[in-house]
Amino acid sequence: MSLDTTKHAAGTPDTPLPWAELGLKEDEYGRIREILGRRPTGAELAMYSVMWSEHCSYKSSKVHLKQFGEKAPENTALLVGIGENAGVVDVGQGYAVTFKVESHNHPSYIEPYQGAATGVGGIVRDILAMGARPVAVMDPLRFGAADHPDTKRVLPGVVAGIGGYGNCLGLPNIGGEVVFDPCYQGNPLVNALCVGVMKHEDIHLAKASGTGNQVILYGARTGGDGIGGVSVLASETFDSTGPAKRPAVQVGDPFQEKLLIECTLELFAEGLVTGIQDLGGAGLSCATSELASAGSGGMRVELDRVPLRDSSLSPEEILMSESQERMCAVVEPAKVARFLEICEKWDVLATVIGEVTEGDRLEITWHGEQIVDVPPRTVAHEGPVYQRPYARPEWQDALQADDAARLPRPAGGEELREQVLKLVASPNQASKAWITDQYDRFVQGNTVLAQPEDSGMVRIDEETGLGVAVATDGNGRYAKLDPYTGAQLALAESYRNVAATGARPLAVTDCLNFGSPEDPGVMWQFAEACRGLADGCRELGTPVTGGNVSLYNQTGETAVHPTPVVGVLGVIDDVARRTPMAFAEPGQLVYLLGETREELGGSAWSQVVHGHLGGLPPAVDLDREKLLADILISGSRDGMIDAAHDLSDGGLVQAVTESCLKGGNGVRLVVPDGLDPFVLLFSESAGRAVVAVPRSEELRFTDMCGARGLPATRIGVVDGDAVEVQGQFSLPLAEVREAYEATIPALLA
Amino acid sequence: MTARIGVITFPGSLDDRDTHRAIRLAGAEPVALWHRDRDLQGVDATVLPGGFSYGDYLRAGAISRFSPVMESLVEAARDGLPVLGICNGFQVLTESHLLPGAMVRNDHLHFVCREQKLRVETAATAWTGDFTAGQEIHIPLKNMDGRYVADERTLDELEAEGRVVFRYLDGNPNGSLRDIAGITNEAGNVVGLMPHPEHAVEPLIGTAGTDGLGFFTSVLRTLSTVGKVSA
Repeated sequence: MSLDTTKHAAGTPDTPLPWAELGLKEDEYGRIREILGRRPTGAELAMYSVMWSEHCSYKSSKVHLKQFGEKAPENTALLVGIGENAGVVDVGQGYAVTFKVESHNHPSYIEPYQGAATGVGGIVRDILAMGARPVAVMDPLRFGAADHPDTKRVLPGVVAGIGGYGNCLGLPNIGGEVVFDPCYQGNPLVNALCVGVMKHEDIHLAKASGTGNQVILYGARTGGDGIGGVSVLASETFDSTGPAKRPAVQVGDPFQEKLLIECTLELFAEGLVTGIQDLGGAGLSCATSELASAGSGGMRVELDRVPLRDSSLSPEEILMSESQERMCAVVEPAKVARFLEICEKWDVLATVIGEVTEGDRLEITWHGEQIVDVPPRTVAHEGPVYQRPYARPEWQDALQADDAARLPRPAGGEELREQVLKLVASPNQASKAWITDQYDRFVQGNTVLAQPEDSGMVRIDEETGLGVAVATDGNGRYAKLDPYTGAQLALAESYRNVAATGARPLAVTDCLNFGSPEDPGVMWQFAEACRGLADGCRELGTPVTGGNVSLYNQTGETAVHPTPVVGVLGVIDDVARRTPMAFAEPGQLVYLLGETREELGGSAWSQVVHGHLGGLPPAVDLDREKLLADILISGSRDGMIDAAHDLSDGGLVQAVTESCLKGGNGVRLVVPDGLDPFVLLFSESAGRAVVAVPRSEELRFTDMCGARGLPATRIGVVDGDAVEVQGQFSLPLAEVREAYEATIPALLA
Repeated sequence: MTARIGVITFPGSLDDRDTHRAIRLAGAEPVALWHRDRDLQGVDATVLPGGFSYGDYLRAGAISRFSPVMESLVEAARDGLPVLGICNGFQVLTESHLLPGAMVRNDHLHFVCREQKLRVETAATAWTGDFTAGQEIHIPLKNMDGRYVADERTLDELEAEGRVVFRYLDGNPNGSLRDIAGITNEAGNVVGLMPHPEHAVEPLIGTAGTDGLGFFTSVLRTLSTVGKVSA
């Protein structure tokens, strides 16, 4: 086939193009013709189709995401907000931290190892492109039923992929989540978060400016992997009758990425980079159009200069290829030689492929002939925007009316004991060490806390002990019962987890995993979750700095639970005063902070014991969350608490058991007057934590809680080698440990 | 003068900066050595840190042994330079034939990262003098290819000559023959082990405890004893 140049396109307006096959709607294709004043060339169509896909353009979600900006709280710590590769937060002492969570759900179902591995690679390059050294990763994961045969295919592959890629990069994996629920059977959620650190002056942005500046593509050669991955994978659901889509998943090379990281950091350090963008979804189409769109000038690219792994690739394929481990930089002409020298030192291939031009066009040529001539903003930032219809699902009322309070409860201590064991051994509550032990958590030598602690914490300055903490949380069951509250509960839990370790929460990133936006019920869940999260962030004073939306997580008519995953970043001025979760000292007093109400809707107990989901999720009180966080942070700073653990799914008994097992000590609990033992142990009321207080600090601690108005109830003492609830039951630690640790290996090893 | 301890960085090295820190905390001066340079810059000892040297797609350490820096290092090690290979560094030492045997994939086929209990079997090496034989220490372990293998005769020889330096306790994490976690050469100047002492040098960071510092203080003592540097 002859080359489809812009000139050729102008002269052949009636040539039919496969816009529908590339996922474009008829009116979208019409708009492209209108923008260009002619039919697009094949290369232009490729760019528009991929950049206007749901994944790249956020066309269904944009109208709701706007709230994160509009309702953003005043926050002087925010240095770079939504819209860049990742948000950047001031953490003091001249340091800035950038962090973001992203999804790689669909690829990870098709090809678990590579899907998960390249998910890590992509988010790491996003962080790197901001000018930061990546310092940690986390992976919130959701799979189908733990005992389903396909989970045994997907989970080990995903975990090995995350480990195989992340371990090779030298990034400690410090936390995340693993959740099982049949709703994720055909749509596992594989989210990846990365944190990076830099000095304020090192922040880099993705824009091309300065006429005559050179555009350099560096990193891996471009191959045929991932072509169409973005539009095909993110915009359609899986259909067993459809064609095999395996080739659309990219293949990762972590060693190349490691070189890219070290090389890029050295380029930054020498001040050689004017603008930079990583190549992820939509590859060169995305990088060139976004750089040109955000900059002051235009850009000319000679596409035939791109180094290829497969010389038979067409220009359209090169533009769409999602080959991994590539970056694109804008460099002043005088600095190009040194730039290439550093790339050579790291054995990284670097090629000048174009330059920044005057004017406002993105022009791409192929062996001298023009194949793309577009206004870059129309490709990158002015894509279609949909006002999708949304409506509260008909079944929502019935679901909420199906109150968990009516479920039969354990009669007496013996049955309580059985249900506690069953809960602790259930796949969602059991130890995830079999998974997290496949990740390197020690590398870089700065890991202060890692899973299963409430948040991961890394030191960022060795002299002062300055550190950051990050937690991710989400509860699809809560969000299914009420997406507005569910999103706030995810935020509240993540916020609480950060505070429990002694760090002050600063900012939020989110990964919004939902079903098809074409289903009004799903769209309502999405709208409600966005509203809940934006309102919650405003109240807590923690702005959303960036994140990701993943739609079409559904099989046939069945969508996954609405699953907003929220990551909260906090800062701690000296990691030496971090609070771990372990009950390490016998004799210390166990206090329950916050109020316990009878709240069982969406609880782990209702799932494990009754296989039930109904009613309302726990109520949210964000003022209470703020107060609790203040107490936890003050307790840490002033040495009043030696251990803290947040209460969430599984309630008090789960939290206390985990703290006991981690510390190797038992606990003797006394049920406070007026509380039902069952409710005390299993209710999932929000805004609560357990802490271990040294006897010498008890008065000071209770005075502080009293003065601030936070309910603090002494419920027991760290002692012995059993989890004992007086008058109810006693569970030897060895028995609990066996129940807690055996489940996941038995299912997956 | 302070001891100068080299740390070799291959393009895929991961724990090199951690090793610099461990050397500093032990009171010595870390010296960065680049894989393409033949010059060892007159260092008093050298550490091969963990990582994936050249990506290790062929076999861990298989390509590193041909790097320019390794040519110089092999020669210097034969002349008595104290050399410590950690994890991938251990793999490079066996590939370079400075130590016998080989490292293959963990028997359970998974990457494993955990706090590991070890027994120090001999204090008579350049890197273990500050321990006592029989001492139990805690050092993080993290690897994919950590299973030490050698033929029976080699294993018998190592045992007979007291060259098994560390053994895994409380469960063999990777199927290493005879629970071997680390070995030394005949002269005792070259030591390789899979666990990561550089991750156990600060009480707050990584694993609880600072047992890893002993490796670095040991080599400083060795150097001062042979008069290379003052203690």
